[in-house]
Amino acid sequence: MSAVSQSLRAHATWRWWEFALLAVLLVSWLLLPSHALLLNEIAILALFALSLDLILGYAGVVSLGHAAFFGIGSYAAALFAKLVMPDPLVGMVVAVAIATALGALFSVLILRGTDLTRLMVTLGIASILYELANKLDWLTGGADGLQGVVMGPLLGQFEFDLGGRTAYAYTLAVLIVCLLLARRLVHSPFGYSLQALRDNRLRAGSIGLSVNLRLVAVYAVAAGIAGAAGALLAQTSGFSSLDVFEFHRSAEVMLVLVIGGTGYLYGGIFGAIVFKLLHDLISAWTPQYWNFWLGLFLVVLVLVGREKLMRPWTWFGAKKS
Amino acid sequence: MKSSRRLLRLISTVAASVVTIGVAAQSTSSPIKIGLILPMTGQSASTGRQIDAAVKLWMAQNGNKIAGRTVEVILKDDAAVPDTTRRLAQELIVNDKVAVIAGFGITPTALATAPLGTQSKTPMVVMAAATSSITEASPYFIRTSFTLPQATIGIADWAAKNKIKKVVTLVADYGPGFDAEKFFDSQFRLDGGQILDKLRTPLKSPDFAPVLQRVIDTKPDALFVFLPSGQGAAFMKQFAERGLDKSGVKLIATGDVTDDDQLNDMGDVALGVVNSHHYSAAHPSAVNKKFVEAFQAANKGMRPNFMAVGGYDGMRVIYKALEATKGEGGEKLLNAMKGQIFESPRGPVLIDGQTRDIVQDIYIRKVERVPAMGNGLYNVEFDVIKAVKDPGKAK
Amino acid sequence: MLTLLFDGIAYGMLLFVLAVGLAVTLGLMNFINLAHGAFAMAGGYITVLAMSRLGVPFLLCLPLAFVGTALLGALLEPTLYRRMYARPHLDQVLFSIGLVFMAVTGVDYVVGSMQQNIQLPEWLKGRFDIEWIGIGKYRSFIIIVCGVLTIALQWVLAKTRFGSQLRASVDDPRVAGGLGLNVNRIFLLTFAVGSGLAGLGGALGAEVLGLDPTFPLKFMIYFLIVVAVGGTTTLTGPLLAALLLGIADVAGKYYVPKLGSFIVYTLMIVILLIRPQGLFARAGGGK
Repeated sequence: MSAVSQSLRAHATWRWWEFALLAVLLVSWLLLPSHALLLNEIAILALFALSLDLILGYAGVVSLGHAAFFGIGSYAAALFAKLVMPDPLVGMVVAVAIATALGALFSVLILRGTDLTRLMVTLGIASILYELANKLDWLTGGADGLQGVVMGPLLGQFEFDLGGRTAYAYTLAVLIVCLLLARRLVHSPFGYSLQALRDNRLRAGSIGLSVNLRLVAVYAVAAGIAGAAGALLAQTSGFSSLDVFEFHRSAEVMLVLVIGGTGYLYGGIFGAIVFKLLHDLISAWTPQYWNFWLGLFLVVLVLVGREKLMRPWTWFGAKKS
Repeated sequence: MKSSRRLLRLISTVAASVVTIGVAAQSTSSPIKIGLILPMTGQSASTGRQIDAAVKLWMAQNGNKIAGRTVEVILKDDAAVPDTTRRLAQELIVNDKVAVIAGFGITPTALATAPLGTQSKTPMVVMAAATSSITEASPYFIRTSFTLPQATIGIADWAAKNKIKKVVTLVADYGPGFDAEKFFDSQFRLDGGQILDKLRTPLKSPDFAPVLQRVIDTKPDALFVFLPSGQGAAFMKQFAERGLDKSGVKLIATGDVTDDDQLNDMGDVALGVVNSHHYSAAHPSAVNKKFVEAFQAANKGMRPNFMAVGGYDGMRVIYKALEATKGEGGEKLLNAMKGQIFESPRGPVLIDGQTRDIVQDIYIRKVERVPAMGNGLYNVEFDVIKAVKDPGKAK
Repeated sequence: MLTLLFDGIAYGMLLFVLAVGLAVTLGLMNFINLAHGAFAMAGGYITVLAMSRLGVPFLLCLPLAFVGTALLGALLEPTLYRRMYARPHLDQVLFSIGLVFMAVTGVDYVVGSMQQNIQLPEWLKGRFDIEWIGIGKYRSFIIIVCGVLTIALQWVLAKTRFGSQLRASVDDPRVAGGLGLNVNRIFLLTFAVGSGLAGLGGALGAEVLGLDPTFPLKFMIYFLIVVAVGGTTTLTGPLLAALLLGIADVAGKYYVPKLGSFIVYTLMIVILLIRPQGLFARAGGGK
């Protein structure tokens, strides 16, 4: 017993590179002011990928429609700012609450069936939300997007500036908070039971873990965090459009997570950094055909083995099992 | 010790002089940058392609020096995603310090960028997007493309005066589509006509079969269509396949459906379609002939369409304004853009000083084969409404 | 109204031919191949290019599209796909998405991003107007061709040795291998034929569904719906699912255009909720 709890505790202690990463994130705000816009985008994507990691990396649910919650958060925050009050923090709380509630609601749909069924249902939900947002154009602005969203100053003091520094600071803060929260979650008994679920659902059920309840819980949390990412996008850009529900968003976040590595929480951050930088680099060189290189990268990545990407020491030499 | 110190001094002197010269050189001849954000990939890629080609043509013909400084066009692809447009515009304004942002392939991308232009006092030239309300979203918008209300009232008027009494309208489900539907409706009914039904198709991957079935069942005199450039060909085929071309239902449209880019590939099914628009590649003016020839020569025979003209004229407006302000940007540049009046390949054009929108002639055309131009399909103009101001603002 | 039904059936049959390869791949190799649409696109482009550049008549292009795409499939299966069978579904999804991106941008680069138009031969254009229904000639052609294909497929599965070998391998590849069946060869042939059918469907559908480089992405969800709802253990399952989808889509867009694709997605989710294994899957077996 104590050996088990000791090893679990060892797992949960902070590694040196976690501290280093946090330090780098904080310092980046100070040292790279001219890149604040790009960094803001990377951070939002990282947060989105983090939310996906909870359901994909830790609970083993393959979702092709996670953008549904990203979009919900985005529109909720934008509409709240436009119609109720422009304070960003209150808007964030509202958006996260709505996304979490809907996550819990939709999670019921993914409990049964095979991987393919789940894929289809998640895809279907995102598509339906897209259509809804399109049809309710009196509310959402339809295909033109929601305009007239003017955000109030953060904490009543800091205006969102053109250079994006306030935005990036805000996003970083939300990212770090969610990261700490998620970290607490996965290193708790709940978190370990999730991994048991992922590895063998049948067995987990047979030893008495209530599979469905856990799935609902983790799906709701992941939806809430994805909603936070969407809200950040809407609030820092003052705009929300149908694009937030599009398939390419769901596909992109999955790619990002896979590049960084699933199942250890930081994959989203590393993946977002690598992905966005690659994108910027390759797009500058060949704006039209960037997707080709992305596709090629994916194919090669999967063929070679995706666990290897973030572990350069495995690139050459003997294969580990 | 001594030698290393000397070396150090040498290096620092050289470095300092290089930096000084560099800075001095910068301040006298730093380039004037134009941010061009276009959809080069995705559904609207043909728009981006046309405008990019037109911009390059302009610069090849007019050089790249204004007021002693080099003009640099920074091209970015937004894939018609408004978030991307906004971020790219922000970066161009903040990091590259562009004097002007141009492009805007579809309406949402312009609307998303509006607050940025206002906040940073950067003029934004709309070369493609066509919803009326865009120029009202920011006082820094200038438009050189067209508006749907402008294009629509022409055909609505023509239809009412040519024995067409009952019409079904079909538009794509987005800003320009709503504009087209609204203004066709008001103009046509003003002239005494009747609208039987108003149909919409989704902006992405529309399926025309069910909608056309409804048209058949409603039996109007004519079907008025507005679709974004690029969907015209698929629509025409479905129209013919359902037998509508032989059923006595006349097809009338705005020129987006008979877009020069796709028109020649549509085949005979497009013959006879009467439509109204602001530009035809077959417009019989000397300026246009030169433009089309030069465009085709530089682009492997690709025909310019109304998007290309929007880009070409946009560059004209930018260049002349920059010359007037000697390279300065901001509000001065914006004012130099207002009120420009010139001969475009499409015809005479004025940038309205108050609305900052474009005032131009609208032509009524019919699709015909033109033997003099390789027997290709062209929109041949047979009537014109002069100097149309955007009706969307005439309130 | 009947015209709508007719249109829906044509659309459904076309979807079936397009999706049947995917159903079999999923049932046989347990491989989620999101790149299936790319094979359909390939068939469409082969047809368009053969017709416009080489002047090949339309009817000849159809078998050409089938063979060309089947060869493509036969090439890719042993080299790329085979390594992915044992991988988790996530890897398969990523792999096939990567292939789709490459195919989409590759085609864009080589041919351009415009919609491709096919000039149908004269005898296929137009329609028969009988009383109250208009029957498009081309759509009847589609129904006939797809109908014949379906019957042929069913015959192959039920009456030939290859068919029974295939069915055995679908039920349990290990046992089938243990009984001496060359499972690899069966996989190869099946994948090739499935891709060939997709290519044929793409060629047939170019006129009706439109053809441009984004085809695989646009229609992927429809193929997946057919397979998810129809199940992968029978042939009639996907057929009925495709017909249902085709009719529902067409009728929905006519009667309730405001809701449009809504109906299809909601229908799918409801069906999958009630019967997660698909509407027509056999009880027992399957994963």
